[in-house]
Amino acid sequence: MTRRVFDIHGGVHPPGNKSQSLAAAIVPAGIPELLILPLSQTVGAPAKAIVQAGDQVLKGQMIAEANGFVSAPVHAPSSGTIVAVDDQLIAHSSGMTAPCMTLRTDGRDDWIKHEGVADYRRCDKQELLQLIRAAGIAGLGGAGFPTAVKLNPPADKPITTLIINGTECEPYITADHILMRERAADIVRGAEILAHLLTPQETLFGVEDNKPDAIAALRKAAEGTAIEIVEFATKYPSGGEKQLIEILTGKQVPSGGLPADIGIVCQNAGTTYAIARAIEHGEPLISRVTTITGKTVARPCNMEVLLGTPLRFLLEQCGWRPGDMSRLIVGGPMMGFTMPSADVPVVKTSNCILAPNEQEMPTPHTAQACIRCGLCAEACPASLLPQQLYWFARAREYEKLEEHHLADCIECGACSYVCPSNIPLVQYYRASKAEIRHRDLEHVKAEQARVRFEAREARLEKLEQEKQAKRKARKAAAKMSKPKSSEADPKREEIRAAVARAKAKKETNAANEDPVQAAIARAQAQRAQAASTPVDPLAQLQKKLASADKRLGNTRAKLQRAQDAGSDKIALLEGSLGKLEEKRQQAQQALEDFQRQGTA
Amino acid sequence: MVQPPITSPHVSARQDTGAVMRLVLLATLPGVATLTWFFGWGTVINICWASLVAIGAEALVLKLRKRPAGFYLRDCSALVTAFLLAISIPPYAPWWLLLVGVAVAIIIAKQLYGGIGYNPFNPAMVGYVVLLISFPVEMTSWAAPAGSVADQPALLGPLDALYASFPWLTAQSIDAFTMATPLDVFKQNDSRLVTELWGSEPQFGVFGGRGWEWVNVAFLAGGLWLLYKRIFTWHAPVSMLIALALMAALFYDGGSAASKGSPLFHLFTGATMFGAFFIVTDPVSSAVSNRGRIIYGASIGVLIFLIRNYGDYPDAVAFAVLLLNFAAPLIDYYTQPRTYGHGRSTRK
Repeated sequence: MTRRVFDIHGGVHPPGNKSQSLAAAIVPAGIPELLILPLSQTVGAPAKAIVQAGDQVLKGQMIAEANGFVSAPVHAPSSGTIVAVDDQLIAHSSGMTAPCMTLRTDGRDDWIKHEGVADYRRCDKQELLQLIRAAGIAGLGGAGFPTAVKLNPPADKPITTLIINGTECEPYITADHILMRERAADIVRGAEILAHLLTPQETLFGVEDNKPDAIAALRKAAEGTAIEIVEFATKYPSGGEKQLIEILTGKQVPSGGLPADIGIVCQNAGTTYAIARAIEHGEPLISRVTTITGKTVARPCNMEVLLGTPLRFLLEQCGWRPGDMSRLIVGGPMMGFTMPSADVPVVKTSNCILAPNEQEMPTPHTAQACIRCGLCAEACPASLLPQQLYWFARAREYEKLEEHHLADCIECGACSYVCPSNIPLVQYYRASKAEIRHRDLEHVKAEQARVRFEAREARLEKLEQEKQAKRKARKAAAKMSKPKSSEADPKREEIRAAVARAKAKKETNAANEDPVQAAIARAQAQRAQAASTPVDPLAQLQKKLASADKRLGNTRAKLQRAQDAGSDKIALLEGSLGKLEEKRQQAQQALEDFQRQGTA
Repeated sequence: MVQPPITSPHVSARQDTGAVMRLVLLATLPGVATLTWFFGWGTVINICWASLVAIGAEALVLKLRKRPAGFYLRDCSALVTAFLLAISIPPYAPWWLLLVGVAVAIIIAKQLYGGIGYNPFNPAMVGYVVLLISFPVEMTSWAAPAGSVADQPALLGPLDALYASFPWLTAQSIDAFTMATPLDVFKQNDSRLVTELWGSEPQFGVFGGRGWEWVNVAFLAGGLWLLYKRIFTWHAPVSMLIALALMAALFYDGGSAASKGSPLFHLFTGATMFGAFFIVTDPVSSAVSNRGRIIYGASIGVLIFLIRNYGDYPDAVAFAVLLLNFAAPLIDYYTQPRTYGHGRSTRK
């Protein structure tokens, strides 16, 4: 076991605080009366409900199906009755609500019929992917990306290295640690299934050296397999996907790219366990191990929790003193989110519930001025210059922020952690990123408007020129046919013109007297004109192209918004975007063909 | 209106700017003690008086700017400026000299630019340069180090030092015994070999200036302690010292009359160590990246050597630092570190 590991830039060493929750074994949390299941628990489009309020469901039954490619289904974690499909408070720091299904459990916990595959080695790759997808598995480490998508890299990007992430570098969280300690064999089998799917040249299992018991258990379980357990020094944030890849391989994922671009797929240890359960036992993802810890919890521990269980139900089993709590966090102290209430449910990504007291996580002090001490730059795992980013963020210099690669910030919080002036740096970066996205969107819109405007100007000018040409032609024709006498007698001509004018005036006056008549006349005139003037095919094609452009732009903007919002209809919009692009191309083709004919 | 939720991270390393500044103050003490040992109590009087003026000036401007004075005074940055300027100024300097210097440093160089964190120039060095240009006589009369002359009067005690700076406090007239500094001697020299200088002039000690060499050792010790405490990185001070030593080595011809002093002499004379660990390391006005700090420090080292030997002023730290303060944004622009995932994708 002398594989070379690489060091990453920066990083911090916050107190681990992991031993508190590691004293006991995994405890089953039991079945709460109500389970609240958000339709959107993962990255991508929210699932689509396929049962209604009032329906009886069995444990493991799919109650909402995946809605598009990047989406994951939701299953009933226990048997009971669906009592509502409506908006509920979810585990989001803004206190926002989102569509959820509420399941009243019946306590019987009756499973739906399910079985695993006898031998995954005999299964077709697509078949296995389909099983993983149908089990609703998503990254359990925190990001929540649908796993089947990640396991299906494009054919032109062969996977050479499979990495299982057992780092769990955030303080307090021990969900993966305890799982590796107690269920190492399942995790190793999960890793083997992944290796079968991806056929990498090597499978590396990265674990920080602060988990010797987990490493021992994994090494024992991995004996005789091709999986290599790699131990490396504890440092936050070694467990970030990009960081772990660099530690284990020395390679860096290109900015804006995916690990698959350099032949790597990375999966979290908990996710790997869920995959083993799904393939070998046919169990969908309906529960997870969650750490319940913090100083206001008398008995910190890890619980096997049904998804949808309200945090309160778990905290109360652990001797919770809510009165002393300074804030309630889902996730770890470095990247976790403050919860608006203890009634929000556990979802697929909830790896830790942290209920600290004021002494443990005090209310932050007022920020002092940045003295550019550079501690943040030393701590930054992405080798950014956080103090400069902070400066530019405050000055709203978005170009400078992009030049300094704000987009490569992984929001790990190491910079804020070391800042002696207590500046909430990450908050500035989050706000600036959102601001930049918004600005880019505006930019796209403005660009589209400009293109449309220019097209319209060009069209109007062309029409005007045509009109001028016609007028000229008419004038020329009139000149040719004009009698010579008119020139000789201008006075008579004048009189005749005056008479004609008077007549015309009289007529229009008469028409004006009756608005109905006038309207009819106008309509008739219009119809006649429409019938007589031939439709300009060029203008029509241009119009078609412009409208295709417009719809394309709208859909793109919608998609962007959907992606920003983190879910809604992404797949649907992506589909229609494709169609629209096709249509636009057709329109453009037609226009070009026409123009070519015209010039030919 | 609900409180905005507290966002991650929820923990911090529990260090604050005030604590950093207090460590810096603490780290100056060995140097201050050594200065006092060799030059008498003038430096201590300087520091006390400068601190009073600095706090007063800071509080006044904060009040005018309608900022919470208590909150900003607690960061101790004004005290650091006061200490640095007081140490740079000759002991027994008249009281008004420091009054002007500190007021310029705090009010003009720091607060008018927006206070702590916003000053493009090192405030103590701005104060120093203003004084040096305006009052060259007062600024160049250094006390003679203890033991430099046989019949030298005893060093001034605390009370006498106070009276020397504030003559209107007493009826007697107290003057410190002053003498040209070793750097001055070198600058004035045009005929004697270095060994002759060492033999005939009382200002020279074991390997640097008499007294000065130990003052520099003491500031080096304080600086190393700060380095150990991770208050700053090694990049700027070490590159400055190396650059200065290299320049000195390059121009040292073994000790002829045209010689500029050995590398060791340059490292342990004048304000070298004090500058390297207490001035060059000022984070606010220096370059930000490690690579940038190497360029920043090395440039200061080169400039110190050039100004010391070819300029008109006795020491060069202040000018070199201020010049590089100007250049810091430019250095930053060209020394952005390579972000993760940019440029090369593998490393061997």
